[in-house]
Amino acid sequence: MLVRIISGDMPRSRLLSLIVLVIGFSLLFAPFLFPGIKSLDTAARIAIFIVLVASYDLLLGYTGIVSFAHTMFYGIGAYGTALALDAWGPSFWAMGLGTLLGALVAAVLALLIGLFSLRVRAIFFAMVTLAIASAFAVLVSQMSAFTGGEDGLTYRIPRELTPAFRLMTDKILDVSINGRLLAYYLIFFCALVLFLVLLRIVNSPFGTTLKAVRDNSFRAEAIGYRVIWYRTGATVLSAVVAALAGSLLAIWLRYTGPATTLSMEIMINILLMVVIGGMGTMYGAVVGATIFILAQTYLQDLMGIASKATDGIPLLSELIAPERWLLWLGVLFILSVYFFPTGIVGRLRGEVK
Amino acid sequence: MSDERIRPRFDELSFSQRLGEHAPLLLAPVLAVLGLIAIGDPTTWLTLTVAGLAMGLMIFIMASGLTIVFGLMDVINFGHGAFVAVGAFVGVTVLSLLSGWTGTPDIVMNISAILLAILAAMIATGAMGWLFERVIVMPVYGFHLKQILVTMGGLIVTEQLIHVIWGPDALHIARPETLQGSVIVFGAAIEKYRILAVAVGLALFFAMRHVLRKTRIGLLVRAGVENGEMVEALGYRIKALFLWVFVAGSALAGLGGVMWGLYQETITAQMGSEIMVLVFVVVIIGGLGSVEGCFIGALLVGLLANYAAFLAPKVALVSTIALMVAVLMWRPQGLYPVVKAK
Amino acid sequence: MPEALLTLDGVHTHIGPYHILHGVDLEVPAGGVAMLLGRNGAGKTTTLRTIMGLWKASAGTIRFHGRDIAGLDTPAIAKLGIAFVPEDMGIFTDLTVQENMMLAARSGAPDRPRLNWICDLFPPLRTFWHSPAGTLSGGQKQMLSVARAIIEPRALILIDEPTKGLAPAIIKAMTAALRQLKETDTTILLVEQNFSMARALGDTVAVMDDGRIIHEGDMADLSADAGLQERLMGLSLEAHQ
Repeated sequence: MLVRIISGDMPRSRLLSLIVLVIGFSLLFAPFLFPGIKSLDTAARIAIFIVLVASYDLLLGYTGIVSFAHTMFYGIGAYGTALALDAWGPSFWAMGLGTLLGALVAAVLALLIGLFSLRVRAIFFAMVTLAIASAFAVLVSQMSAFTGGEDGLTYRIPRELTPAFRLMTDKILDVSINGRLLAYYLIFFCALVLFLVLLRIVNSPFGTTLKAVRDNSFRAEAIGYRVIWYRTGATVLSAVVAALAGSLLAIWLRYTGPATTLSMEIMINILLMVVIGGMGTMYGAVVGATIFILAQTYLQDLMGIASKATDGIPLLSELIAPERWLLWLGVLFILSVYFFPTGIVGRLRGEVK
Repeated sequence: MSDERIRPRFDELSFSQRLGEHAPLLLAPVLAVLGLIAIGDPTTWLTLTVAGLAMGLMIFIMASGLTIVFGLMDVINFGHGAFVAVGAFVGVTVLSLLSGWTGTPDIVMNISAILLAILAAMIATGAMGWLFERVIVMPVYGFHLKQILVTMGGLIVTEQLIHVIWGPDALHIARPETLQGSVIVFGAAIEKYRILAVAVGLALFFAMRHVLRKTRIGLLVRAGVENGEMVEALGYRIKALFLWVFVAGSALAGLGGVMWGLYQETITAQMGSEIMVLVFVVVIIGGLGSVEGCFIGALLVGLLANYAAFLAPKVALVSTIALMVAVLMWRPQGLYPVVKAK
Repeated sequence: MPEALLTLDGVHTHIGPYHILHGVDLEVPAGGVAMLLGRNGAGKTTTLRTIMGLWKASAGTIRFHGRDIAGLDTPAIAKLGIAFVPEDMGIFTDLTVQENMMLAARSGAPDRPRLNWICDLFPPLRTFWHSPAGTLSGGQKQMLSVARAIIEPRALILIDEPTKGLAPAIIKAMTAALRQLKETDTTILLVEQNFSMARALGDTVAVMDDGRIIHEGDMADLSADAGLQERLMGLSLEAHQ
């Protein structure tokens, strides 16, 4: 049963299974295990990013395509939900319709970009998506009447998902059962379902073909697969899932702006998470996103302490200042591309490439 | 043996074919004329056109290195923007050290200060390019995916190091005294600095053309772009050639960084990644690997961006994307597709 | 028998996952033309490319003038005096005929009399000296490719199927030029499918099949021995069909 749910794609490493299980259970019981607003927020962001990173891995790891437009699709999903809630008020149907429309727009756009730029060479795609995504980000911040510009949109979500809504008066394990908790579980289960869908996709015949295309596109073409359609298909699927992840974010944050969805920084974070976690395995997304977001949330505090401690030493304290954590991630990123291209998951599985 | 039979067949090209071959050359003038029609007022148009040429040529300076590097070794450097930013920061540092030279209204002193700043920036980014090629790019020859990833990583690290060295805030820089303000030409106000930018850009383009067409190194580069294996079989080490092209391309990015920094008068660590969007658009429009294409693409992007900024400010950046899409619909490989043996 | 200029000993070559050469033993005597024959896919091109260092031999030795060159990279091998005319000719189409020739002359400016001699061998080069090489016809490109290889005296020239896809008149011209080249102090290792050209030019011959040398001897013997031809070439033909 369990094997069927995860589409027969076992973690294939005892330690990895353990880590994935720990992450899964921690997220499932997060409100009770780690009470507090900050930790619940961290848990929700981990759940959302696991989906986002996994959907990116469908492109990068399984199809061998580098896209810089993933945050664009993420943003389209988030803005879809946000604009709908903003325009039609805080109802579930507005939320659902906005989410659906966002996913649809993402799908159409991905289809166009894919058909247009995957035809020539894969390397075009990286450059074209980079250009299109940054143009999109500029467009969104300039159309302020519609999107709120740089300030973004703040809106209300259905009351049942807000802290004001009490499901029961009693507390369970000292945690109040309110709408915020419901919102968390909505995010968690949606993320879980999306992740399992992705797992199903990569283990389907379609996923197998993607890997064949990635490894040898000429041969795949020669055997009779239309490479462009497979690549475009993967692009569209990953865009739709990214848009849905964006909608989850919009629901969770009750705010959508360029900084939380469209920025190049998030795109780079996604790249880091995929590569460090392990390209070409969905579990890599789980491990990568979790470690990255935990580090982002808590490591920076640690670096702040270390930086203060080394205040006297001029360059060192600058190098380990909390704002500079991306420097070390960048170094780690380069090293991992060279020395363990299969990432943490590959290491745990003992794969040598 | 009959000499007659081994003569080539010169098929007569039809008029439309011949037009098609040279059509890219006409694009920039056509765009300028369209701009004039859309804008209407000739003096505004002249101001915008010079601004567009200046912007385009500065982008060309930054993009030319990237496109040759790609043509020669099939290496795409997503970290190219880091050289632009480093060049700008080094250049600005030198200029602020030479504030005595830049603050006086003496054009010789001013230009000398800029030249020194450019020289320092080019040396710094050239050296950085050398390091980048040896450490980051060399191990991943032939793997596009890894190239994109590690050069992206190099970009992140470099930007962070800029923060470490020059602090987290944007730096402001005033142009040297004599390059501030505008001159009036045919009733149109033209910023003096833009004239300098056009001059530098054009000088670089013609110098580059000369090197590529008339010198042995240039011929080797062009031959290497087409068929690197054959260049090696003739006894030349293409990797050594490539290293120096990479260094030269990085130094040009540094030059572009100084020019762009003085143009914007504000520099940030992220300026490189921001300008890279336009650089990529230009390189794609021109055809990956083609210097001529890159030149035309840069002029088109510069002109269009300035016309669009005047006519419909909100869609200025989108207009360049639209241009890219339009060009790719017409020629999927860009204006001047580079001939590859394989 | 004079000492061999080039000796391949048990050379294996892998291209990616494919094992192409299975222990090639080949001797190219100094002076004259050594033919390398065999059906498509027998490994002739791979043998030339391995000698040139464009594919790395995974096992075996390649000795040139007695020195093992199997580990050297392509430019180093070229500088030892080996020139290569690849199957696709490797012309730089973007460059003019003159520029193609200039690059081939590593020492700088080509030697005038030699250049004249080459242009007499291949008259169209003189006609199209300043034209982009891309505008030449297939036969002229082939001439340019060979001319490039001999612009400076080289000890050994590897030529891969110079008659492929050419009209009979041009094959005749090419054969004549190569015969003149043979008169100079140059050794040629020539891959050919065209048996009549092989007969006209070859001094020694080796026949390949399935990544191995299956016959080595004098061209004259092979030409005279219809039975042997039948056996070697027939085998090839059979395998081909």
